[in-house]
Amino acid sequence: MIPEFGHFSLILALGLSVALAVLPALGVYRRDALLMQTGPSIATGLFVLLAFSFGCLMYSFIQDDFSVAYVANNSNSALPLQYKISAVWGAHEGSFLLWTLIASGWTLAVAAFSRGLTFDMKARVLSVLGLLCAGFASFLLFTSNPFDRNLPFHPADGGDLNPLLQDFGLIVHPPMLYMGYVGFAVPFALAIATLTTGRLDAAWARWSRPWTNAAWAFLTVGITLGSWWAYYELGWGGWWFWDAVENASFMPWLMGIALIHSLAASEKRGVFKSWTVLLAISTFSLSLLGAFLVRSGVLTSVHAFAVDPTRGIFILMFLVLVIGGSLTLYAWKASGIKSEAQFEWNSREAMLLINNLLLVVATASVLLGTLYPLLYEVITDGKKISVGPPYFNRVFVPIVCLLFVAMAVSPFSRWRRTSGEVLLRQHWPFLLATPVVICLVTYVVATGIDVIVIGVETLAVWILVLLARHWWQAGSISSASQLGMMLAHAGIAVAILGVIVTITYSEGRDVRMNPGESIALAGYDITFEGVQKVRGPNYLADQAEFNVTRDGEFVAKLRPEKRFYSVGQNVMTEADMDPGLMRDVYVALGEKVGDTAWAVRVHVKPFVRWIWLGGLLVALGGFVTLLDKRYRRIRELVSNNVVGTAT
Amino acid sequence: MVRILWVILFAASFNCFAAIDAYPFPDEQLQQRYDGLIAELRCPQCLNTNLAGSDAMIAQDLRREVHRMLLDGHTDDEILAFMYERYGDFILYRPRLGAGTLVLWLGPLLLLMFAGFVWFRLARAKPEVLEINTEEQARLDDLLRDSDP
Amino acid sequence: MTLNKSLLIPLGVFGLLVVFLALGFRLQDPHLLPSVLIDKPFPEFELQDLRQPDQLRTLADLSGEVSLVNVWATWCPNCLIEHPELLRISRETDLPLYGVNYNDDNGKALGWLARHENPYEFSIVDDKGTLAIDLGVYGAPETFVLDASGVIRFRHVGPVTPEVWRETLLPVVEHLQGMSDG
Repeated sequence: MIPEFGHFSLILALGLSVALAVLPALGVYRRDALLMQTGPSIATGLFVLLAFSFGCLMYSFIQDDFSVAYVANNSNSALPLQYKISAVWGAHEGSFLLWTLIASGWTLAVAAFSRGLTFDMKARVLSVLGLLCAGFASFLLFTSNPFDRNLPFHPADGGDLNPLLQDFGLIVHPPMLYMGYVGFAVPFALAIATLTTGRLDAAWARWSRPWTNAAWAFLTVGITLGSWWAYYELGWGGWWFWDAVENASFMPWLMGIALIHSLAASEKRGVFKSWTVLLAISTFSLSLLGAFLVRSGVLTSVHAFAVDPTRGIFILMFLVLVIGGSLTLYAWKASGIKSEAQFEWNSREAMLLINNLLLVVATASVLLGTLYPLLYEVITDGKKISVGPPYFNRVFVPIVCLLFVAMAVSPFSRWRRTSGEVLLRQHWPFLLATPVVICLVTYVVATGIDVIVIGVETLAVWILVLLARHWWQAGSISSASQLGMMLAHAGIAVAILGVIVTITYSEGRDVRMNPGESIALAGYDITFEGVQKVRGPNYLADQAEFNVTRDGEFVAKLRPEKRFYSVGQNVMTEADMDPGLMRDVYVALGEKVGDTAWAVRVHVKPFVRWIWLGGLLVALGGFVTLLDKRYRRIRELVSNNVVGTAT
Repeated sequence: MVRILWVILFAASFNCFAAIDAYPFPDEQLQQRYDGLIAELRCPQCLNTNLAGSDAMIAQDLRREVHRMLLDGHTDDEILAFMYERYGDFILYRPRLGAGTLVLWLGPLLLLMFAGFVWFRLARAKPEVLEINTEEQARLDDLLRDSDP
Repeated sequence: MTLNKSLLIPLGVFGLLVVFLALGFRLQDPHLLPSVLIDKPFPEFELQDLRQPDQLRTLADLSGEVSLVNVWATWCPNCLIEHPELLRISRETDLPLYGVNYNDDNGKALGWLARHENPYEFSIVDDKGTLAIDLGVYGAPETFVLDASGVIRFRHVGPVTPEVWRETLLPVVEHLQGMSDG
C-alpha cells in the first residue's frame, strides 16, 4: 500500500505544482491580491506532498519491499541500513524524486523567507518555481516512476546496490549536489520574474544574492565531496577525471562564481544588469543541461545513469521550453548589454569583468570538450573521438592561472579606481620574500624548480597571508559578506595550493611485493606484512596489512582490501590511506601474482587534503555571507513594523 | 536477446576499475613515460576509463604492449600511433590536432582572445575626471573603504 | 521594446546545441566502437593452427575468396550463443569461416570445439591477443568480413544471431561476392 500512497502523493504534487504555476501568475495578471498570495500555502502543500512521497519510497527500502521495481534493482536484504536509506537516491528514479523534493524545498524557502519582495514579485517568482516543479514532477510520473511495481512476480531479494555506492560518500554527495543544482533555480526565477516586469533595477540583484550564495555553497560541498569520494573509493589515487558527469556539476559551479560576482556589481554599482540576468539564466540552464547529460544516455560515462532515450527526449523538450523560453524572454525584454556606469581599467568593476569573462571562457571550454565527442559523432555520422584529461588540463589550467592572478590583485582595487600603489609600498618586502623562500624550500625538499609551480604557490601564499593580515586588523572587516568573501577566496587559494603541490610532487609506484618485503617512497618505508581473509556484512575480502614507518618510527598500519560482493558478483578495491594535513600515504591492493606475491600500488601525495579542505572553506565562506546583517536588518524592520511586509 | 547482450556487456565493464600491474622498468624515466602513456590511452571496452584505471582484458593486453614497446625503444609518438592505427581517435584522450579537431583546440583560445577584446572595449572608456582636493580625496577614500565589499 | 539583435545570440547558440543533442539520440549504442580497419588489409600474422600445432597460418591462408573471420574464446558466453548460427553458416553456405581463438588455452579450446562442433576451416591460436590488438578487437565475439583480396570490409561486434546474419552480414557478403565475380 505504501508505494501506492507515495505514487498518489506524487500525482497530487503535480497538481499542486501546476496550481502554483498558474494561480499566483493569474493574480499578477488580474492584479488580484488574493490570488497572488496563494503562493506560500500552495508551496507548503507541495513540499509536504513530495516529502511524504519520498518518505514512502524510503520506507519501501527500509522494509525490503522488493515488489517495487526500483527497490529490487538497487537494494538487498543484506545491505546495511544506512545504505538502504541512501540507496533511495542511488539510481535515476529515486535520485530525481529527491531532486524534485529539493526543488519544492527551495520553493517553500523562497515563500517563507522573502519578506523583502513585493507581492507582485513574490507571486511571479513562485509561479516560475511552480512551473519548474511541475516539469520535474511530470518527468517523474511519465518516464521515471520510482513506484513502479514488479507484480505479480517479484524477486525474493534485490539485485543489491552497486558496491561503489555502498559508502558514506553516497549518503551526502548527491543531496548536496542537488541542493546546489536546484538552488540555482531561485536566482533563475528571480531573473525571469524581473524580466516579466520589464524593469531591471538593483533590487533584483539584492534579492538574488543570498539565494545564489547558498546554492553555490551547497554545490561546492557536493563537488568537494565527490572528488574526495572518488579519491578514496576508486583506488587509483586520482581525484578529478574531467568525466562528463563531473563536468556537468563543474560548469554550473563556474558560472555560479561569475553570477555571484556579477550580482555584487549589479547591486552596488548598477553595472552589468542585463548581463547578470543572462548569467542567472545560464547558470540554471547548465544545471538542467547537466541533468540531461547524466540521465539521457547521450554521453558515455562510468557514472551516468542507465540509458533510456524516452527520458532523454523528455528532458530535452523540457530544456527547450525552459531555456529556450527564458532566452527568448531575455532577448525581448532586456535592454542591451551596456554599462550604465563608467569605470577605469584597474577598478573593481574591471576586475569583476575579468572574472566574468574568464569564467565564461572556462565554462565554454569545458562545455566544448564535454560535448565534442557527441558533436563529432553526429557530424561524421558514426566516428568516435575521445576528449579527456589531457585536453581539459591543457585548456583549463591557463585560464585558472589568469583568474588566480586576478583574484590576488582584486582586493586592492577599489570601486572605480585602485590603490595598488599603496599595496606595493607597504608590502614589498613580503611580496619579494615569498617566492624566494618558496624556491629555497622547494630546492631542499624536492628535485626540480618549475617556474610556473613556484609562481602559483607564491600567489597562493600572497593571497592567504594578505587575507589573514586583513582579518587580524581588528575592525577592518565590516560585514559578514566581507568575511564570507575572504573565507571563500582563502579557500580557493588553499585548494589551488593543494592541487599544484600534489600534482607536482606526488610520488607513486606499482610494485610486486612478497610478504615481508618493503619499499621506500618519499622518505617512508612501507612493509608488506601479509594478506588474510575477512568477512563483511555483504562481502568477502582479501585484506592486506602494511606497516608504514619513517626513519624507523611507526607512522601507520594500512589495511587495503579487495572485496568480493556475492550478490552482484562484483570485485571492489578498497584502498587504505594514512590521511594527514601535509601528506597522504595511500596503498591499494591489486591482484595476486604468482604464489605469494601481490601487485601493490603505493602513493605518497603531499597536500592532497588541502584540496578538499579548501573546498569546504570556500563553502563555509559562501554560507557565512548569509549571516550578513543587512538581511537581518530587513527582518527587524519588518517585525518592528517600520517597513511593510509582502505577506 | 538484446537485453542479455546488454547485461553481459554491462557486467563486463565492472572490472573497469583500479587495475594494478607490476611491470618492472630498468629506469625511472621509462616508468614515468609508461605512467603517462597509460593515463593518456583510453580503455576501448570501458565507459570512460584510461588504461591505468581498467582491469578489463583488453586494457591488460594493451598495457603489456605499451610496456613491451617502451622496452623496445619506441618513442611516445610511435606508441600512440600504434594504438591510433588499431583503435582510432577513440583510444586517444588527447585528441589529435587535425581538420576535425580545429574547433576543439582553437576554440578556447579564440574565445579567450575575444574575451580580451571585449574587456579592452568596455574598460577603456575614459570616465570624466572631476577635480577634487586632497581633503575631499581622503574623505572619499574613507567612505569607499567603509562600503566594501 | 525594440529588439536588440545581439541578445538573440544566446538563444541561437542554445538552438544549435539542442539540434546536436537531438541528433545525438540517433547515434548508435555508446558501448559499440566502429572499426578503423575497414577497407584496410587484414594484418599480417604468423600464428599456430589450433588443431595442427606444428602448422603456422599466415595471411595467405585467408585470401582467395570472400570469407568471415570470427574472434572467439571459451571464456566468452556470447560465443556460445552465436555458435549454432556459425555452424549453420558453415554448413549451408560455401562461405569460408576462419576462427581466431583469443586469449585462450589450447586444451580448453579444443575441448570446446569437440563438445560444440567446429564451424571453422581452421582456428588461429592468438593466446597473447596480439592479432586481436592488430585487428582493433576489444571484446569477444567479433566477426570480420574479408573480400577476395584479404581486405577487411566489415566488422560486427557481438554475437552473430540469425537476424544479424540476415540483415547485416549477408548483404555485405553478397555484395562482395558479386564484385569479385563480375
